[in-house]
Amino acid sequence: MTDMLTPVLTDTWDAQRSWTLESYLDHGGYEGLRAALAQDPADVVQAVKDSGLRGRGGAGFPTGMKWGFLPAPDGGPRYLVVNADESEPGTCKDIPLMLASPQHLVEGVAITSYAIGCHHAFIYVRGEVLHVYRRLLAAVQEAYDAGYLGTDIQGSGFDLEVTVHAGAGAYICGEETALLDSLEGKRGQPRLKPPFPAVAGLYARPTVVNNVESIASVPGILAKGAEWFASMGTEKSQGHGLFSLSGHVTRPGQFEAPLGITLRELLELAGGVREGHELKFWTPGGSSTPLFTAEHLDVPLDYESVGAAGSMLGTRALQIFDETTCVVRAVSRWTDFYAHESCGKCTPCREGTYWLKQVLHRIEAGEGTGPDIDLLLDLCDNILGRAFCALGDGATSPITSSIQYFRDEYEAHLDGRGCPFDPARSTLFDDTPEAPPALAGAGGHR
Amino acid sequence: MTAEPVGARSRTGYDAETLAALTADAEQITARYPDPRSGLLPMLHLVQSVDGYVSRDGILFCAEQLEMTAAEVSAVATFYTQYKRHPNGTYTVGVCTNTLCAVMGGDAIFDRLSEHLDVGHDETTPDGSITLERVECNAACDYAPVMMVNWEFFDNQTPESATEIADRLRAGQDVTPTRGAASVCSFKQTSRVLAGFPDGRADEGTGAGGPTLEGLRIARERGWTAPEPDGVDAAGEPAAEVPPETGTAQSSAERKPTTTQDEKPGMPDASEPGERTEGSDD
Ligand SMILES: Cc1cc2nc3c(=O)[nH]c(=O)nc-3n(C[C@H](O)[C@H](O)[C@H](O)COP(=O)(O)O)c2cc1C
Ligand code: SF4
Ligand code: FES
Repeated sequence: MTDMLTPVLTDTWDAQRSWTLESYLDHGGYEGLRAALAQDPADVVQAVKDSGLRGRGGAGFPTGMKWGFLPAPDGGPRYLVVNADESEPGTCKDIPLMLASPQHLVEGVAITSYAIGCHHAFIYVRGEVLHVYRRLLAAVQEAYDAGYLGTDIQGSGFDLEVTVHAGAGAYICGEETALLDSLEGKRGQPRLKPPFPAVAGLYARPTVVNNVESIASVPGILAKGAEWFASMGTEKSQGHGLFSLSGHVTRPGQFEAPLGITLRELLELAGGVREGHELKFWTPGGSSTPLFTAEHLDVPLDYESVGAAGSMLGTRALQIFDETTCVVRAVSRWTDFYAHESCGKCTPCREGTYWLKQVLHRIEAGEGTGPDIDLLLDLCDNILGRAFCALGDGATSPITSSIQYFRDEYEAHLDGRGCPFDPARSTLFDDTPEAPPALAGAGGHR
Repeated sequence: MTAEPVGARSRTGYDAETLAALTADAEQITARYPDPRSGLLPMLHLVQSVDGYVSRDGILFCAEQLEMTAAEVSAVATFYTQYKRHPNGTYTVGVCTNTLCAVMGGDAIFDRLSEHLDVGHDETTPDGSITLERVECNAACDYAPVMMVNWEFFDNQTPESATEIADRLRAGQDVTPTRGAASVCSFKQTSRVLAGFPDGRADEGTGAGGPTLEGLRIARERGWTAPEPDGVDAAGEPAAEVPPETGTAQSSAERKPTTTQDEKPGMPDASEPGERTEGSDD
């Protein structure tokens, strides 16, 4: 029986100067690389397959299997690209990981590169996190200086160069093929798949793209064994994962637990929904995953159970909203986000998100009419499954799920009534009446 | 591809000294990649570090370095929100108004700042000190409502704390991020770091704020750990197993559940991250 929380990645985060190589080594760092370099690369891939590790970037694809898809070596370069773009609304795990303990990631990069035969790896970090970029640059430099990167790593004969690359602000660059285009110095727009990156990725060469947390989980698997990793979690969703609680909870933050923990359990640890309030709706895995409500408090947060309950585990970004929150306002703002971030490549998403935004704005303003709710559903129907990439699908999730659970609340806005909620009551810093009314809904990105 | 002529003479308006420095930096950038074109994004950050925005000269410079046309460079530059088309203020003040932060108070903060500074989204104060922006989720939702100043974290903001920070910036005083360097550097300096040129400040500031450590704090308190691997000889385990000294930062026993970095008097958000800012100071 494992404990309710299982600090593995977080375990080093409270150390003094936790971001330094020295601190990481004091906590057993680079044991995984040492173990990996003593094995055949194919055995390292096998260990990750055996561990059951699935991608922590949202889709949950088995990591070892993804590595195994690379074609046989042809003498040309193969690349590892770490997706550190973390921009899905609600998702806030990779950035604190890299701020607190970038060496976890650097060690994972070295092991993964060795396993897949890569000699030049890239970490693509979003550009809007200056200090994280500083820490990553420093971590890579420290690793070079100590012989964990560079030529003949730890006397193994294995060479690896690592480039840390800062993006420049674009959610879509988190989509793996858009990320590759961006890394090639282009506009970040998704590519047609197939060919998948494993076959033709960066510079049209075989490429593995993995999330920060996926790669940072690899050293533990090598140091402690695939069985150890698989001993945590559920039968099909194995291992530890970072669960990020935010919003109307007493003590928000990062909780590292075996997959399969429930929101009820997590909320208990976090001191519950903020005092005097109750849970209204939440996202299990970021804004692109269909909303859940209080009836889903006991759904095990693993890939299968969340899927069976009608949503997706996504990035385990648990955004909690209490009864003061207007669901129409919340969804309208997410829709602004998707409309702003739509890359424009395909018509259903480019035009569809634009119209969704218009309709939601007019509902929020009390200018909506009866047919508008079905119009939203119809628009979503024309986007879902017809968009070029998953951004378009994701844009429909909050809308369709919120109408499913809160249709009444939409209706209460229609025909001149407008929003029945006082946004000041949802804010953290105020529940008092003398506050000037926040101009909720006036915002949105142009 | 119709490349612009690259020769000894540059079509940019940069003086010889600036051009030489930029060219040397650009060479360092392209050397990081198998294909020089991959250096375009950092190179655009680089020209912003000189001009404070992506200027016509900056675009021509990138085009010349990478043998692209100016139109091709522009097409890339306009895709990304961090590249500014107009001279930016010394500080970009970005309030997260994505759903979670907006609901928790980001909308109220943005509105108050906008009123206080008399500028709207993507506008710059007349003194050139602040460009105000609405920003999207910045991966800090557990610290909502969040404000970024030159892409450094200012966590758990209120309208008061945010306007106070803005006033300090306008007065030319230092401000300290909650999680970041000891002080916020200028927009141009920020852009230079983003181009991949370290400023030696990585060791400043904290590793983690309170919410980042919340789960770990509870695990330490209750003695919860990940399982021990089978067949691992405990005696052979590295120093990680040695409990930290009480009272040091590693110690969970004597350490307050807070790592708030704001030690400057008068700075906002001195609240313990373990609790929520509950003041009714609005
Ligand atoms: C619009 C969009 C944004 C995405 N953003 C991210 C991101 O910020 N970080 C990430 O790791 N994956 C993101 N993904 C998922 C990636 O495409 C990809 O599946 C992932 O990086 C694979 O890594 P994993 O297998 O280790 O999870 C995004 C996908 C889409 C469609
Ligand atoms: S779905 Fe949206 S983001 Fe994806 S390719 Fe189409 S327009 Fe671009
Ligand atoms: S919603 Fe503001 S940081 Fe995530």
